[in-house]
Amino acid sequence: MKTVFARPESMKSTPMHYCSGCGHGIVHRLIAEVIDELGIRERTVCVAPVGCAVTAYNYFNFDVCEAPHGRTPCVATGIKRVHPGNLVFSYQGDGDLAAIGTAEIIHSANRGELITAIFVNNGTYGMTGGQMAPTTLLKQKTATTHMGRDAKLAGYPIKISEMLAVTPGSAYIVRGSVHSPKNILKAKRYIRTAFQTQLDGLGFSLVEVLSSCPVNWRITPTQSNRYIDEVVTKEYPLGIIKDVSKPADAT
Amino acid sequence: MVTATEKKLLMKGNEAVGEGAMIAGCRHYFGYPITPQNELTAYMSRRMMDVGGTFIQSESELAAINMVLGAAAAGARAMTSSSSPGISLMQEGISYMAGQQLPAVIVNVARGGPGLGSIGPAQSDYFQAVRSGGHGDYHCLVLAPSTVQEMMDFTILAFDLADRYRNPALVLTDGLLGQMMEPVVLRQPDQRKPIDKPWALTGCKGRGPREIKSLYLDLDLHEAFNQCLQEKYARITQAERRCEHFMTDGAKVLLVAYGIAARICKAAVVTARSNGQAVGLFRPITLFPYPTPELQQAARGIQAVLVVEMSCGQMVEDVRLALGSTVPVSFYGRSGGNVVVTEDVLAQVQELL
Ligand SMILES: Cc1ncc(C[n+]2csc(CCOP(=O)(O)OP(=O)(O)O)c2C)c(N)n1
Ligand code: SF4
Repeated sequence: MKTVFARPESMKSTPMHYCSGCGHGIVHRLIAEVIDELGIRERTVCVAPVGCAVTAYNYFNFDVCEAPHGRTPCVATGIKRVHPGNLVFSYQGDGDLAAIGTAEIIHSANRGELITAIFVNNGTYGMTGGQMAPTTLLKQKTATTHMGRDAKLAGYPIKISEMLAVTPGSAYIVRGSVHSPKNILKAKRYIRTAFQTQLDGLGFSLVEVLSSCPVNWRITPTQSNRYIDEVVTKEYPLGIIKDVSKPADAT
Repeated sequence: MVTATEKKLLMKGNEAVGEGAMIAGCRHYFGYPITPQNELTAYMSRRMMDVGGTFIQSESELAAINMVLGAAAAGARAMTSSSSPGISLMQEGISYMAGQQLPAVIVNVARGGPGLGSIGPAQSDYFQAVRSGGHGDYHCLVLAPSTVQEMMDFTILAFDLADRYRNPALVLTDGLLGQMMEPVVLRQPDQRKPIDKPWALTGCKGRGPREIKSLYLDLDLHEAFNQCLQEKYARITQAERRCEHFMTDGAKVLLVAYGIAARICKAAVVTARSNGQAVGLFRPITLFPYPTPELQQAARGIQAVLVVEMSCGQMVEDVRLALGSTVPVSFYGRSGGNVVVTEDVLAQVQELL
């Protein structure tokens, strides 16, 4: 009998602790599949964030380093400079990357650091109980915006990927989502291209992935997927934001 | 004695630290400018270019220490340097490295504090260095040079000790030693094979995956891990205490000072002795581990102890802890970036004799 679906070698068999409907598990699996397909498991090093994915080393079947909250790309930088032949990626939530680690991600991108950031944007701080993140939408209710996010009090949802695309050091910046099978397949292609960008030495790469946190959004997983499709993607449009391998305008 | 093969160079303290790191085989330096250690960052940028190493001027000290963390996790000898305010910013990363058991060298060319303080030399970061400047139950190894030669030698030693114990090591010095120029014997690189790091993240070729972490969600496992750290610190305390006795024979008054203050005290001791006064100096070289038994031994039969620091009184607490009520301990210090002077030390000694 032919096996059509199996656990990627880059994944351990440990059951995941993520809540049902959480996007993290899907993103983990996509990363593992891509690493298997590229045949680079034995030279991959992941830097895990502080956030719900803090124990990523329990799931990834390759080397993983813990980093202080938001310093993830700095730790990845240190590792990459020691082992330039390795694939080094940071895995970060929106609190990790877009709040406490804003300086670190901007300067890593601007240095053209040959690392990849996998940026899971679920619009909230999952691990600490659903507080506002910099990416939280206006009017979105969270544990720290009870009446909904008010721009006058708490500013605006930040488009950090677009900001990073402006730095000359970034080579590939893209936004995908994991709310539907079609988008999951697309997100996988984005991750593959981002890793390839790093392996080809083109510059810094980042894949933002819109992801659900049903527990803190206080809706069901199915409603969460619809919410991403109908609401979140309006604020955070999907697609390639920057790709230096494809000149934007040849005319 | 300087042998024919040994080269003697006139160097600034900050540069001697940098060259010490090069001799120790450090090829990864990350730092952010701050006075009075700027020569060191500049020196490393030049030297790393010479040898094809890594130099990154990071966007902050937070970034620098975490690049060090990454490079150390990858198995390299890595280093950063800064001065007091920058070292404060690094405490988060140092705590993580202590918890992840990562070896690296951090150099603090200290200046006056608190806050932005002054750019004058100071020893007021002693507590931060020897207790655990960041959160949690941990210690860094702490070495305190008092000459430019020791700036080089202790940096080399710091790399060795860090690797041996899988622990961050601090070189605690100050702006005066950093800026001072003295002849230095250039040490030869260690020809021994570098220590094995069977925990380093290199990619899992031919082995199972590795993880470097400080997180223990199980409270008992965490406590057990903390106990392991405590056992390591006990081993370090047993094996690595270092100190110097200077003219302590027959002394009635014992000065206790480290780093640049010890050097100034030496001049005071020499003057006092030439005046027929029985004064000696005990100089801790390792501040963690603190040479407590050696100090207790040195203080036997002593009439009075005077602790001299360029702070408002920090190490004096460890001296009092070590000596209890066996001998009166008094303190003389200057702060704010001011330097203790020999005459004032002698005046204090006068009162105690
Ligand atoms: C320095 C520091 N500040 C705060 C925290 C608490 N904390 C842990 S995870 C987290 C936010 C996580 O949110 P995000 O990065 O969006 O990841 P998610 O959990 O949503 O995947 C915070 C604030 C911490 N561990 N360290
Ligand atoms: S809290 Fe949210 S982000 Fe965290 S595991 Fe649960 S669903 Fe996922």
